Amino acid sequence: MKRFALISIPYLWLLALFLVPFLIVLKISLSDTELAIPPYTPTLDIAQGWAGVREWWAGLDMENFVWLTEDDLYWKAYLSSLKIAIISTVLTLLVGYPIAYGMTRAPDEWRPTLMMLIILPFWTSFLIRVYSWKAILSNEGFLNQFLIGIGLIDEPLVILNTNIAVYIGIVYTYLPFMVLPIYAALERLDESLLEAAEDLGCSRFTAFWLVTFPLSKQGIVAGSFLVFIPAMGEYVIPALLGGSKTLMIGKVLFEEFFANRDWPVASAVAVVLLLILIIPIVLFQRNEEKQREAGK
Amino acid sequence: MSDAAKALEPVFEPWKDPSQKPLIRFENVTKRFGDFTAIDDLTINIYEKEFFALLGPSGCGKTTMMRMLGGFETPTEGSITIDGQDMSAVPPNKRAVNMMFQSYALFPHLSVADNIAFGLKRDKLPADQIAARVEEMLSLVQLNKFASRKPHQISGGQRQRVALARSLAKAPKLLLLDEPLGALDKKLRQDTQFELMDIQETTGTTFVIVTHDQEEAMTVASRIAVMDHGKIVQVDTPAKIYEEPGNIYVADFIGDVNLIKGKVVKSGNDHASISWAEGQQDLTGIAHDEIPHGTEATLAIRPEKVTISTDRPEGVTNALSGTVLDIAYLGNMSTYVIEAANGTLIKAQAANTRRISRRAITWEQQVWLSFTDTAGVVLTS
Ligand SMILES: Nc1ncnc2c1ncn2[C@@H]1O[C@H](COP(=O)(O)OP(=O)(O)OP(=O)(O)O)[C@@H](O)[C@H]1O
Ligand SMILES: [Mg+2]
Repeated sequence: MKRFALISIPYLWLLALFLVPFLIVLKISLSDTELAIPPYTPTLDIAQGWAGVREWWAGLDMENFVWLTEDDLYWKAYLSSLKIAIISTVLTLLVGYPIAYGMTRAPDEWRPTLMMLIILPFWTSFLIRVYSWKAILSNEGFLNQFLIGIGLIDEPLVILNTNIAVYIGIVYTYLPFMVLPIYAALERLDESLLEAAEDLGCSRFTAFWLVTFPLSKQGIVAGSFLVFIPAMGEYVIPALLGGSKTLMIGKVLFEEFFANRDWPVASAVAVVLLLILIIPIVLFQRNEEKQREAGK
Repeated sequence: MSDAAKALEPVFEPWKDPSQKPLIRFENVTKRFGDFTAIDDLTINIYEKEFFALLGPSGCGKTTMMRMLGGFETPTEGSITIDGQDMSAVPPNKRAVNMMFQSYALFPHLSVADNIAFGLKRDKLPADQIAARVEEMLSLVQLNKFASRKPHQISGGQRQRVALARSLAKAPKLLLLDEPLGALDKKLRQDTQFELMDIQETTGTTFVIVTHDQEEAMTVASRIAVMDHGKIVQVDTPAKIYEEPGNIYVADFIGDVNLIKGKVVKSGNDHASISWAEGQQDLTGIAHDEIPHGTEATLAIRPEKVTISTDRPEGVTNALSGTVLDIAYLGNMSTYVIEAANGTLIKAQAANTRRISRRAITWEQQVWLSFTDTAGVVLTS
């Protein structure tokens, strides 16, 4: 009984904080907009009893999902988000891997400090950190002032309000999610494996390529999903750093909700986003499981 | 092999031939980790086709020596040459040396077969040749059935065999084996020992092997180096190490030994006698050199060289008496512990040719021990 109670805690948690909200969103996505509070119909009228339930059920339809396929804004936004998420995941990997690798090569007494430095940015508000990038990247920002100051460029670079700023923002924000799993994988790597590889005729580089890299693959996969999944639905970064041309599904979602007050369409957008993300989430779980097995 | 055939074969003793060039030469090699000295001013020559065993207590520097040969550690002082070439600037992948690691160091992401093929692939051999060689190695270590398993899916002993096969696969000129057989059961260990000796004979590979198992060192080695605290205490053939240990440390480290302390009363350059207890006959053994009169010395004698009898033996150089304190029955033989003069405990071993019930010697009995004048060795250090 006690055992059962213990196991049920995470399930209750999931039920209360994921499944129930999801079902509410799903229901709204099947409703129609209405100028009312809440701004959609039908609403369930318990007082009418069984007839009320039937009326409520009859009011639900797939109209909003059909709408998502009719207006090309939506699929373009999904595709664009996908592209931005993929590119920024690759960029984060390119920046994160050398950092993680460098950390494992650092002397033992340095590692806790380096780890601290990676985690430290989390101690300040995410919003403030992203906002401060505006001050760095704008036309009169620190970066341009510096580059003009050292005489590298004459005209300021236009970075803010472009996709480049969004990439910078995502790479910066999600870097720790990439570094930490890769670091964990590299940390576990037994130094003597590299010696064995060299002993059998590998150069340092081939030893890295044939041993270190494959053995950190699970860290890479984990890190990539941890960046890709939230980046896909990212709202704050494109809203603050991106321009009017930056199309991301998170932004579309926000606008449907707050600008258009079209809760049902916004909910439909969210449901589709979730369905899209289920694929990488399942893959991520598989990877974690495999890792656990190999670790045994 | 009959004794006659053995006698016809030239004796393999390159270390006695000054015209022979050693394959490996350690010259005054010192290795320090911080201020800890792991290898202390070590000089040694190892010759081609030798089966060279390193023996010594844990932490004495055996692995460190191997790692310097493999190129994973550089000597703090001194030089190492292999085949006449100074090794200080040669990285591990450029050495014709393969090492079997004490921790096995198997690649966890590769199957058993791919682990074995790893070195062969680096040599860019044709695929069919690699496959054939891998197959050969798998049969050698009896792991054909496990070729496609990952290292974490096989047992510890099997892993050790994969590591061995992987290091053998490239048929290197010099093979370094760091405790290659420790995790194997006795039968498999013996089979593999003979297999190694076979490989050694057919390929002419030079082996340097670390082992904790003296019997193993005795079985396989052409020479044994006994190490202690980063120094080599004695290098010699197994027989010499066993029969004529150079000092008390070696005598005590290898096999079972009786150490009888005394003072030298008589000595030539190949024998010495010590007086060891009041009213007892002096004991004589071989000596490596003439020892000055009155020097403190120890007679080292192996238990199996001590004869036990109930009556005083006639016509022997060394005899002493005592009472039986303990008898350990070991099946094919028994070990007797005898308390002699001054409470000195001496072990004697005798083969059990008769049934246990009819054995003549029992506890508390007064017995005589005797041995020849070449059975023991008188040591001063
Ligand atoms: N990288 C290192 N840093 C500091 N000390 C080391 C290092 N490697 C080895 N040592 C020390 O050098 C000594 C010799 O180590 P080594 O591994 O050669 O011993 P060993 O003879 O192989 O022992 P064992 O039989 O237990 O394998 C040990 O005291 C060990 O602690
Ligand atoms: Mg060792």
